[in-house]
Amino acid sequence: MTVDSYAFLPRAFRAMFEAEPQFDHEPVWSELTKPLADARVGLLSSAGMYLADTQEPFDVERERREPTWGDPTLRMIPNDVEQQQIDATHLHINTADILVDFNISLPVARLNELVAEGVVGSAAPEHFSVMGFQEDGAEVWRTEIGPDIAARCHAAEIDVLILAPA
Amino acid sequence: MPVLARVIEAAGIATVVVTMMPVLAEKYRSSRVLAVEFPFGHSFGVAGDVGMQSRTLRSALDLVVSARAPEARVDVEEPWPGDPKEAYKSWQPSEPSPIVAHSIDAIRKARREAAAEEKGT
Repeated sequence: MTVDSYAFLPRAFRAMFEAEPQFDHEPVWSELTKPLADARVGLLSSAGMYLADTQEPFDVERERREPTWGDPTLRMIPNDVEQQQIDATHLHINTADILVDFNISLPVARLNELVAEGVVGSAAPEHFSVMGFQEDGAEVWRTEIGPDIAARCHAAEIDVLILAPA
Repeated sequence: MPVLARVIEAAGIATVVVTMMPVLAEKYRSSRVLAVEFPFGHSFGVAGDVGMQSRTLRSALDLVVSARAPEARVDVEEPWPGDPKEAYKSWQPSEPSPIVAHSIDAIRKARREAAAEEKGT
């Protein structure tokens, strides 16, 4: 089976994605140098999740005023988070299922099960949440948020990061 | 998101992008791509379906272990359960996103061109 990128996308959007230019930089590569059973795994979702009681929502009001802008900021989600702590702001997807079960985009519970089974060495103490609509070029992600996440991964001794675009 | 994956991979962390848009991840030359034919916002599967979510996560981890060179891609064989028409509708927001509303003229033009192309084939 070859996944059809446009299976769930309105037909009119297809031309916009097809028009995206091919990125011409060389690919990058970091090998996992230890067994998965010894590795620490972190998760990153762009579904716009945040901790309802302690974190600010992503700024969708500014996005409404400036449609080509998307909030580039980062939220940290603790590994022991529970469903009732999670809220989400995202103007490009329906977040209803995420508010029922956030594991569909940030599978913290599934990761912890694999740690308990010994498949994965450990889970990151905190996972990463961003909001996926970004301005053309995603400049802040590329120059600030990406390096910040990488530094946090190093500080937390994360070996593998699984990223889930929403 | 492939932008972030690239920066983080370059900093020494092994990354895998679990995506319903592998065509986009490939354009960004993502290091490892797990392609899923699931509705947007549902990268790991159906809400409440622990088995499906776990299988997707395992597939992502398997790819990290097995891939030996950049631009590795694996397509998940599992189809989305249930009515695809309902899934197509239900992931979408209740109102068009600001950029879609802003770009509505361009979208209508693309839609007309797609229709004309379909008519011509």
